Amino acid sequence: MAKIEKIPQTHPTLKGAQIALTRRAALGGAGMLLVSFGLPVGMETACAMEPSTTTGVRPALVPSELDSYIGIRADGSVSAFFGKMDMGQGLHTAIGQMVAEELDVPFDRVKVVMGDTATSVNQGGASGSTGIWRGGMQLRYAAAEARRVLVGMAAEQLGVGADQLSVSAGVVRVTGDPAKAISYAELVGDRYFNVQLNWNGQIGNELTAVGKAKPKSPDEYKIVGKPIKRDDIASKVFCKQDFVTDVKVPDMVHGRVIRPPVVGSVPLQVDESSVSQIPGVRVVREKNFLGVTADTEWDAIRAAQALKVEWSPVKPPFPTLPELYDHIRNASVRKREVQVNVGDVDAIFGSAIRVVRAEYEWPFQSHASMGPACAVVEIKDGRATLWTGSQKPHYARDGVAAILGLSADQVRGIWVIGPGSYGRNDAGDAAMDAAVLAKAVGRPVRVQYMRDEGHGWDPKGPASIHRARAAIDPSGNVLAYEFVSKGFSRIDIQTNESKPNHSLAGQLMDWPLMSNDGFGVPAESYDFSNKRALWETIPPLLDRASSLRTAHLRDPVGPQIHFASESFIDEVAAAVGADPVEFRLRYLKAPRDIAIVKAAAERAGWVKRASPRRDQTGNTVTGRGMAYAQRGGTVVAVVAEVEIDRASGKIWAKKLVVAHDCGQIINPDGLKFCIEGNVVQGVSRTLWEEVQFDPKGVTSVDWLTYPILDITEAPETIEVVLIDRPTVAPTGAGEPSIRPVAAAIANAIFDATGVRIRRVPFSPDRVKAALA
Amino acid sequence: MAQNFTLNVNGTTHPVDADPDMPLLYALRNDLGLNNPHFGCGLAQCGACTVHVDGVAVRSCSIPISAVAGAKIVTLAGLGSPESPHPLQRAYVEEQVPQCGYCVNGWIMTAAAFLKDKKRPSDAEIRDALSGLKCRCGTHMAILRAVKRAAEMMG
Repeated sequence: MAKIEKIPQTHPTLKGAQIALTRRAALGGAGMLLVSFGLPVGMETACAMEPSTTTGVRPALVPSELDSYIGIRADGSVSAFFGKMDMGQGLHTAIGQMVAEELDVPFDRVKVVMGDTATSVNQGGASGSTGIWRGGMQLRYAAAEARRVLVGMAAEQLGVGADQLSVSAGVVRVTGDPAKAISYAELVGDRYFNVQLNWNGQIGNELTAVGKAKPKSPDEYKIVGKPIKRDDIASKVFCKQDFVTDVKVPDMVHGRVIRPPVVGSVPLQVDESSVSQIPGVRVVREKNFLGVTADTEWDAIRAAQALKVEWSPVKPPFPTLPELYDHIRNASVRKREVQVNVGDVDAIFGSAIRVVRAEYEWPFQSHASMGPACAVVEIKDGRATLWTGSQKPHYARDGVAAILGLSADQVRGIWVIGPGSYGRNDAGDAAMDAAVLAKAVGRPVRVQYMRDEGHGWDPKGPASIHRARAAIDPSGNVLAYEFVSKGFSRIDIQTNESKPNHSLAGQLMDWPLMSNDGFGVPAESYDFSNKRALWETIPPLLDRASSLRTAHLRDPVGPQIHFASESFIDEVAAAVGADPVEFRLRYLKAPRDIAIVKAAAERAGWVKRASPRRDQTGNTVTGRGMAYAQRGGTVVAVVAEVEIDRASGKIWAKKLVVAHDCGQIINPDGLKFCIEGNVVQGVSRTLWEEVQFDPKGVTSVDWLTYPILDITEAPETIEVVLIDRPTVAPTGAGEPSIRPVAAAIANAIFDATGVRIRRVPFSPDRVKAALA
Repeated sequence: MAQNFTLNVNGTTHPVDADPDMPLLYALRNDLGLNNPHFGCGLAQCGACTVHVDGVAVRSCSIPISAVAGAKIVTLAGLGSPESPHPLQRAYVEEQVPQCGYCVNGWIMTAAAFLKDKKRPSDAEIRDALSGLKCRCGTHMAILRAVKRAAEMMG
């Protein structure tokens, strides 16, 4: 019987093998992942199969060790240990390409092992579109260093200088004498490098640890930049892929949590006899946390529904939905931050003859992941294991340790892909709930949220209002520009799950909410000589476990801000009778920004004229709109072509042209798919998505009350124009392209109709009312 | 109270003891250990749990086990295999559809039932047939390409 405490002691380079082995052993014929710590083929057996377990000194799994990132196996294959994960865009393919390139091994010999605290250091998890930008670059540096070390070893073995060696397919050869050769596997297969890197002392996204090697010059690339296909799709369509929802542990019970009917209410009395007829039910109450477990999932569901609870009377804490934006307008400002302040904005507005003003509104939005969150926690012999779909398994490990009163090294966090993830969704709460329940009942617990919890209780993207104004001279020049956002902070809870304070379970167990202030300003390069951009955050609606608490949702506050700022640029262009593209180019300063706007316009066949077009009379009208944005070094421009049914108010984002520049492209096909999904989600958030609520709580609890884009409404075409800059370090793609989508659509609606929609979503009722 | 049912899934019969009201999904996932029908909503709103019951695409999260005893149930695992893939499975790989992949089951099973009876569908007919299914990662464009490709394969 394998002992769970062996796991953290295992050498990272063996972990891929162990996982593969346990999966193979467990998969059997059923396709079900039975996590096999209790099965005859367990960790010790797996280790014993590896000759290297008895040789070499195992270095600690710390950022400063080369072995923490790269392992060469005896069969010549390479394990790349990645402290980030793929959330579905195929990131692991790109990471494998970067590693294979630097090592000069074939791409298919690299296995990227992701998101397990026992095999990777904390590179920040999936976060901020940094998968390649930061995580991949770290692996690139590590792989380059591994190659340097290997070539040095080969030089010694072959008795020649390193400068006389070349590497191909993992074999080091003497130039001009190819018979003299030695493979990576022969040099270090299943053994440790024990090479130190120069670590910057940071963990998370900021982690860098470089060696003496200089990565390749882009002109040497053979694998990076190629459209290599993902290798994980067959496993998904042939049911060989397990999701976190498929994890099963021996002796596991099923858990459900009970949420209050009024947000902020807590259980006073729990009538356990109300579920006593359901076999095997346990009711768990830890301070204000309330949940149930049962041997079968159906019984856990029935028990959660049947449990009679007397809840504390509380004043419903939320405003009504129609009051939301007035609440934001009137709320006290908790933090104000001026991020851009050029020239003398106040003086110009004080004497301005003409001022264009507008105000925009963006609602709370839900992650609304495809499935509500699931997590499994097992506590055994003073150690715990967490299986989670969270984007942050390393931080979640820390959080679970804290809520269980364990140290972080007593907990292993294992990421298993979940049902979609676009930020800090409900996965982080499910992990903590499973931990609390597992501790209470003394058995492994699988928590699976129900749909109403997924929508109703996931952390939300914040609602906000945005005011913009521009002072215009008689020639139509912008003399001054100001952009002010006011809204809920984007970080009532932190995306990192390292503290119980950032989870519902923790807050219900008296860890106080640690709401912080975060917002942002438009990311653009408009060169207005007098320019101010600032933000103001307001307090959360409730100071404890709230279904309208905010956290990072894909491109946190980016869609909000740029919906407003890029709509407003269009409004100013229209006010001065300028073509929207020409107007942008008149003021844009950064060369890549100029290039991206031109690239989108050119591909879209943009014809120069001012908006609106005013030449359509029928029920169905069309229009075109442009928007652009920067994000973390990436620039994106979108041209939307929309079709509007005036009678129904229904908008069809028929065609989207997306020009995208994220520096060096690792895999153009993967990048296109990433952008395409991101843009479709952006269309959905623009046209449909708004969290409904009343004073008692969130009433968007399923797909009927939180509609998203249907396939009948999907665009006819999305064209992606990629600008590759091989010599510019790669930046992110997971988020930037969602940023300008709403404004591009809004601008196209204005072009078609002359009506400016300043509140998201552009649902049929709202559009119809605006057009009336 | 639990009753004994016999489920015919992917050509094999399985005895299951269950509450007659328990949705089929839980029998497939927990009693039979199948990982392909997914729990997405439990409300028949998203399609992630779709299976074929006597050839018809059915949301297994919302049909009680007592209603399908004796019926011929096929899940995605029974639709095709790497050795003998269904055209939709081939098309999904060729078109590289997934983002997270959690919704894949619903789209393929629904499209398979549709394409079985409908040859050479138009783009609009494909969209209509798949209406109501959810994909949160936004793979809609790739799904449409894959279903169209599969339809072409199926003549």
